[in-house]
Amino acid sequence: MVGSNGSAPVTVAEVLEARAEQVAQQWADLPIFRNVYTTGRDAAVDAAHRLVEVLAEVARNERLDDSSAPGFDRVRPHLGQMVAARSQAGSTLAQITNEVSQLKAPVVGVVEQEVADRGDDGAAPLDAVELMGTLRVVVMEIALSEGAEVIDRQRQQLLELSTPVIKLWDRVVAVPLIGTMDSARTQVVMETLLQAIVDQNAAVAILDITGVPMVDTVVAQYLLKTAMAVRLMGAECVISGIRPQIAQTIVQLGIDLGDITTRATLADALARALEKSGVTVVGEV
Amino acid sequence: MSAESGAERIPVLRLGDVLIAAIQQELTDQSALALQQDLTEMAAAGARGVIIEISGVEIIDSFLARILSEIAAATSMLAGRTVIAGMRPSVAITLVEMGLSLRGLRTARSLEDALSILGHSGPQAGR
Repeated sequence: MVGSNGSAPVTVAEVLEARAEQVAQQWADLPIFRNVYTTGRDAAVDAAHRLVEVLAEVARNERLDDSSAPGFDRVRPHLGQMVAARSQAGSTLAQITNEVSQLKAPVVGVVEQEVADRGDDGAAPLDAVELMGTLRVVVMEIALSEGAEVIDRQRQQLLELSTPVIKLWDRVVAVPLIGTMDSARTQVVMETLLQAIVDQNAAVAILDITGVPMVDTVVAQYLLKTAMAVRLMGAECVISGIRPQIAQTIVQLGIDLGDITTRATLADALARALEKSGVTVVGEV
Repeated sequence: MSAESGAERIPVLRLGDVLIAAIQQELTDQSALALQQDLTEMAAAGARGVIIEISGVEIIDSFLARILSEIAAATSMLAGRTVIAGMRPSVAITLVEMGLSLRGLRTARSLEDALSILGHSGPQAGR
């Protein structure tokens, strides 16, 4: 496309390169930079400068609407820091993207000015708007992935926390299940329990479901599978801690626990295990 | 014994009236079939129990699971009991996920436990 006065049309990339300093100075005064770089304006201008350069590179490669453009990779860590700092300060995602969208005005401003100066009627201002929209998407992606990372980390911690295998007696191990069971947690429970059976040469494994608020068909299925695996390993599986409501639910759902030994409390289950290993408990006279 | 030559044979030991087959490597279909034949023939000659020790086996597929069930069914017809000992956790999980619960098979944690299940006065008499 050729401008009305015959010269080459204005492009966003060249404007950003030519006026990087001007844009960076304006950005450094905006809340998103001011609040993150509290130590001094110079650091903010520096960071803003880097961001302008990246946007210029993305624009030069004509990938205005591509949030996965390799150029952005260079600033992802910086943007990540900025997003993290803002969200730690209590800003919501909406507030952060709002602050990021304030970055748009200076860029569009300089591009429009350049277009007016050169008497060009090209699409450069529109391109600038699109480019800044993409930046906003990148920031949102970073903010969301940060949230997902936190959730992943906590899920992992929950898995580790929730599955201790306790040795109750010689050759008797127990797992107290606490909280809602899902397939990932059940998998970990099953694996750690079976490993404990090998390590401790256990003859009885007790699954205590006192802390499980609800047993539906899926949870019952997990319990059945675990019990079968324990049996295949050559140990006996006892399910304990079945509250009256849960017993009723299991019966109403028509779930057949088959030949799995069940007991009302962990104490009863331990008594059963001791009986099986031939241990008798006598009170002191 | 007429199993195909070339198949690696699992040695079967006789301890009183208990037959012990300890599988210490991966089992091929041929050697599984040969083992089935050996055990059934030896059980017919008089045995109260059969112990198959599988702590060295890392993979059990549906074919092998069926062979194990068939050995158990055959020995029970010959008035013996079959005990599978020493199954690894990964094998147990795989079998359960495949829906093969091997009902009718006795299981034990170790060879020692298996012997005491069969009423053999093993080394744990003091327990």
